[in-house]
Amino acid sequence: MSLLEVRNLEVDVDGKRILKGLNLTLEPGSVHAIMGPNGSGKSTLANVLAGKPGYDIVSGEVIFDGNVVNETEPEALAQAGLFLAFQYPVEIPGVSNMEFLKASLDNLHAARGDAQPNAVEFMKTVRSIAAELDLNPEFLKRGVNEGFSGGEKKRNEILQLLLLQPKLAVLDETDSGLDIDALQVVADGVNRFRSDTNTVLMITHYQRLLNYIVPDAVHVLADGVIVKSGGRELAEELEARGYAWLTN
Amino acid sequence: MAVEDLVPTEYSAGFVTDIESETLPPGLDESVIRFISAKKGEPEWLTEWRLQAFAHWQKMQEPLWAHVKFEPIDYNAISYYSAPKSAADGPGSLAEVDPELLRTYEKLGIPLHEQEMLAGVVKERPDVAVDAVFDSVSIATTFRDKLAEAGVVFCPISEAVHSHPELVQKYLGSVVPQRDNFYAALNCAVFSDGSFVYIPPGVRCPMELSTYFRINEQNTGQFERTLIVADKGSYVSYLEGCTAPMRDENQLHAAVVELVALEDAEIKYSTVQNWYPGDKDGKGGIYNFVTKRGACLGDRSKISWTQVETGSAITWKYPSVVLRGADSVGEFYSVALTNNCQQADTGTKMIHIGPNTRSTIISKGISAGRSQNSYRGLVRTSPTASGARNYTQCDSLLIGPGCGAHTFPYIENRNTTAIIEHEASTSKVSDDQLFLCQQRGIDTEKAVSMIVNGFCKDVFRELPMEFAVEAGKLLEVSLEGAVG
Ligand SMILES: Nc1ncnc2c1ncn2[C@@H]1O[C@H](COP(=O)(O)OP(=O)(O)O)[C@@H](O)[C@H]1O
Ligand SMILES: [Mg+2]
Repeated sequence: MSLLEVRNLEVDVDGKRILKGLNLTLEPGSVHAIMGPNGSGKSTLANVLAGKPGYDIVSGEVIFDGNVVNETEPEALAQAGLFLAFQYPVEIPGVSNMEFLKASLDNLHAARGDAQPNAVEFMKTVRSIAAELDLNPEFLKRGVNEGFSGGEKKRNEILQLLLLQPKLAVLDETDSGLDIDALQVVADGVNRFRSDTNTVLMITHYQRLLNYIVPDAVHVLADGVIVKSGGRELAEELEARGYAWLTN
Repeated sequence: MAVEDLVPTEYSAGFVTDIESETLPPGLDESVIRFISAKKGEPEWLTEWRLQAFAHWQKMQEPLWAHVKFEPIDYNAISYYSAPKSAADGPGSLAEVDPELLRTYEKLGIPLHEQEMLAGVVKERPDVAVDAVFDSVSIATTFRDKLAEAGVVFCPISEAVHSHPELVQKYLGSVVPQRDNFYAALNCAVFSDGSFVYIPPGVRCPMELSTYFRINEQNTGQFERTLIVADKGSYVSYLEGCTAPMRDENQLHAAVVELVALEDAEIKYSTVQNWYPGDKDGKGGIYNFVTKRGACLGDRSKISWTQVETGSAITWKYPSVVLRGADSVGEFYSVALTNNCQQADTGTKMIHIGPNTRSTIISKGISAGRSQNSYRGLVRTSPTASGARNYTQCDSLLIGPGCGAHTFPYIENRNTTAIIEHEASTSKVSDDQLFLCQQRGIDTEKAVSMIVNGFCKDVFRELPMEFAVEAGKLLEVSLEGAVG
């Protein structure tokens, strides 16, 4: 069974059609990349998959792990194993990163009927993931994304990914704004996440990221539809030729 | 209903000044004040003091400047003295109490018999409630022994009038004068009871003093009066209120709290105010019109107010500090949360008189529903307050589109060497913040409470440990339904 199936998805935002019949299938354990010009609907797709309010699904279906999830609440999707790494992570002042991670993990465990993680073990795990991502432990005491640099915000998203261990990770331009060193750290994190069952949908504007995280398939999204799909080499072709030859 | 319940047992009209009577009919005049004073066996000076306040009150007006709206109060419709409640006064069982209130008790995990006490349920044959009362009496007794050992006086003010008349006479009305404001004057005239605390020189009070342990807590009434005196070099932390919403038959509450700190003394006063806010439309809630003020009389003395205000239909309250002693310190840390139709106009006054006096104001206002939440704060430095410093930070958080947040800072600086800093911010709980939380598996109700708790962190830090945890939980319950 596919982990994710998007069938003929049409989505309006503020009465404007943004996704115009999008199809996509992800098998468990696969890594797919979605590339496309700015404004083509990449973040819209990511947000719709995560159940963000304000997106009107006009027709089509999203099937996640065997269930139609068109109307599912975001927290229920998260509890079912869907994770979104945000393109622009927001700040929550005064709520410490550690506290937020604990609340998140506790809620996910509770929803699955699992026991609450032991607090000491939890802190150890978080600290070791932070170390792997080159994040100073002090940063766990700060407010969620509060005063973080762009790179810290993105690494914080990967920290959450590695802690929460979802089934599907949707990464929305996680590479943007990262220098080469940070990109390597983030890519290492994602590669660690990959497994026979853990699945990744990687949204990016640049093929650069794909040198670090090698995808099984590449799709080009333009004006709300997937106009071309292929293997790794498609990304290189895009790098050389740009998007124009596909969108015109 | 029993037949006797249908028969009125009190005079419906006419004035009874019979000292044996347990309840006065509504209305206020000199004879009522004499009655109250006689009932408590007060000395002549106090009777006269009350009468003088009453004379002032009659010439005063209700303040109209606060950013709150309510129907005029008929002061002649209030009964100014009632002995312990009779079965006819309160709801007969929890079934007669607002179900919303009961749900809140449940969420806070309050045992049934305590729910009955808090909701003012009066039973013909009290059963379990007796245990609870016995419990608190015995706790209170051990508590008192320990305090007595340290020389600390902690008793009802009605008792202190007899046991420590010189202290009461010296300090009563010394911080909040009778004519201070309309509600304070009324309180001076008719105050029911409250706490008296005296900490002798050099003594660090061995425990936190909590109104919870005060034996006569059940019947302090709507005109509570508290006086705390910290003698030279002493320290006391006082906790007022409780996190469970308290129901009361009396709509108007006009308390007065006076704090006096002598040389090198420190008073930390923490309040969790959670009076019944009324139903979703604000019906039946308490009007909380309180005057709280501390005087830092001695050099290097310190008074710190910390409050968490979540209850009442209307809150009108400005815990203040008069900084007389050189190098004295005043602090005000406040969280005021309003939901549904609640209205709060709250803040502080820091009056700098002595040299090098310092004050800090941290105010966090949270508005949800259709509520209105105002911060009103005065910082005044007099010409004598050389080197005075104030730092004010005043933040508002809005939840949803129907509420209002307002800030009214007043700065009166009469000393060129004083430094006054004011920072203010208004923010919203944003959809993107909520979505981030939801995406990480946290539902919106929990997310809002987490975001609000984060917003209040600087104030919660100031609360005594056990209060801080409860305060967080209280915000969560008070915000229920704030996000659709
Ligand atoms: N909240 C919104 N309201 C109106 N239009 C929006 C909104 N969000 C996105 N759009 C529009 O939808 C289109 C796709 O945006 P987006 O999905 O963010 O593209 P990408 O992530 O590929 O850059 C753009 O034309 C953008 O202007
Ligand atoms: Mg985007």
